Amino acid sequence: MILGIDTSLGTAVAVVEPDGAVRAEAHSANPLGHAEVIGTLIAQVLRDAERGPIGATAAPAPAAPTHVAAGMGPGPFTGLRVGIAAARAFALARGIPVIPVPSHDAAALALLLADPFADLPRFAVVTDARRRELAYTVYDGIDGDGLPVRATEPALSPLADLDARLAGLGAERRDVSGIPAAMLALAAARAVAAGRTLADGEPLYLRAPDVTLPGAPKRVTG
Amino acid sequence: MDRTAPLVLGIETSCDETGIGIVRGHTLLSNTIASSMDEHARYGGVVPEVAARAHLEALQPSIEAALAEAGVTLADIDAVAVTSGPGLAGALMVGIGAAKALAVGLDKPLYAVNHLVGHIAADILTGDDVEYPTIALLVSGGHTSLLLVRDLVSNVELLGETMDDAAGEAFDKIARILGLPYPGGPEIDRAAATGDPTAIRFPRGMSRASDMAEHRYDFSFSGLKTAVARWVETSGADVPVADVAASFREAVVDVLVTKALDACARHDVPRLLLGGGVIANRRLREVALERAAAAGVAVRIPPLSLCTDNGAMIAALAAELIISGRPASTLEFGADSTLPVTEIQVAAAS
Ligand SMILES: [Zn+2]
Repeated sequence: MILGIDTSLGTAVAVVEPDGAVRAEAHSANPLGHAEVIGTLIAQVLRDAERGPIGATAAPAPAAPTHVAAGMGPGPFTGLRVGIAAARAFALARGIPVIPVPSHDAAALALLLADPFADLPRFAVVTDARRRELAYTVYDGIDGDGLPVRATEPALSPLADLDARLAGLGAERRDVSGIPAAMLALAAARAVAAGRTLADGEPLYLRAPDVTLPGAPKRVTG
Repeated sequence: MDRTAPLVLGIETSCDETGIGIVRGHTLLSNTIASSMDEHARYGGVVPEVAARAHLEALQPSIEAALAEAGVTLADIDAVAVTSGPGLAGALMVGIGAAKALAVGLDKPLYAVNHLVGHIAADILTGDDVEYPTIALLVSGGHTSLLLVRDLVSNVELLGETMDDAAGEAFDKIARILGLPYPGGPEIDRAAATGDPTAIRFPRGMSRASDMAEHRYDFSFSGLKTAVARWVETSGADVPVADVAASFREAVVDVLVTKALDACARHDVPRLLLGGGVIANRRLREVALERAAAAGVAVRIPPLSLCTDNGAMIAALAAELIISGRPASTLEFGADSTLPVTEIQVAAAS
């Protein structure tokens, strides 16, 4: 059982069986307020997961995730960090590993699995990156491990340039406003099953901190 | 849970120190601090985004190090505590996200507490019995506050605070003006060692008779900063750095100690507690002790490792809340960068 946590856009959490069966899901679409809701949402999916899959008749049993899937972004930094911090802390509390997953992989997996004929053309998952920029990752179908194939790594583009850039890459644009935590957890489960790593442990900030080096102190006399 | 001597893990991420502390009741078991100070040095001050990134990277290793030092496991912990404010919002949120998930993952209660009151709680860990009421002067790069503490868990009053820069920031800015590196506190202290503190009479902010009605216990350091800058600019090529540093430091220390002892006198509280990183300043401690002794005021100064921002003080405050029977916080709170000092615990369950 995998607990998925993503705060790269809103706040999304889910508990998923390794085969993809969703035991519980909860989210807040609010692009802010991640710190406020993260604890309540995790507690809620753990509680909901006790009841087992829909239709299950067995007595409720405490949900015991074996892994935590952490959405590593890209996304606005302040919110993104809340989910990664929570994923690491929960994993520490339970003594289980964190599986870092690029957040766009979850959105791509959702698009690919929703396509019944598995013939989705090359496409780009596009999300808000604030400051008149968008984050995008280009995907090329699904591989033998059931994971989306990244044709480019996550990157930023000014709003006005993205369409031209995607045309150059031959990718259709798919704007996404939320990351499905269940798909994040499923991607992590498939990566674990295949012995693969989807991302290193670092957040996908894609931007250096916005700071300027101080110049000489301002003069106060005329 | 052991309500007489609870084992509490505290998480503090309000500024540039990632602090993890573990206490058992009044006993300090671990005080682990990872600072991102060096990363801010080139910018001449704390950069919030740099601090927040550093917190995320430091949290897990710091928790593991604190547990190892305390010789306990997470399963032993009775409660998790976290700073919910005041402080840098983005930095606070890292600690809050981690603390909530830790508490939910362990199925343990969570206490969200006030950073400034945490500074006062640090004194409990020194082992001596703390007496209330006490006046508390908290001075750091992030805050300069004068408090009247009647009871640690139920009655803390803000008497005054800085209207502009924190005292620590003033040290950083004057250091830059004098061409000294960041952080300014120790650099000014070093430069001032050979200087004459009476060489230049710099202004004492918020200390005029006309300030006394409304700002008796408030502080202001921006006028002092401008005065020092003007003095340096007009003094030509040969700036007597030692004298300027010593005179500047004397102006800051004078205002801090004068207002703190005034609060002691007017509230008839012969006790003064010092906290915050600027307490490391040798001259501040010296003047405070000297003038407090003359005024018949007993001064308490926790060890420096408990004065600078740390997680042990957050754990200590939560332990006090638990001992006094307070319920845990609910999970709904967020970061409050301007959390008032009267909110000692945030989101307490009713
Ligand atoms: Zn502080």
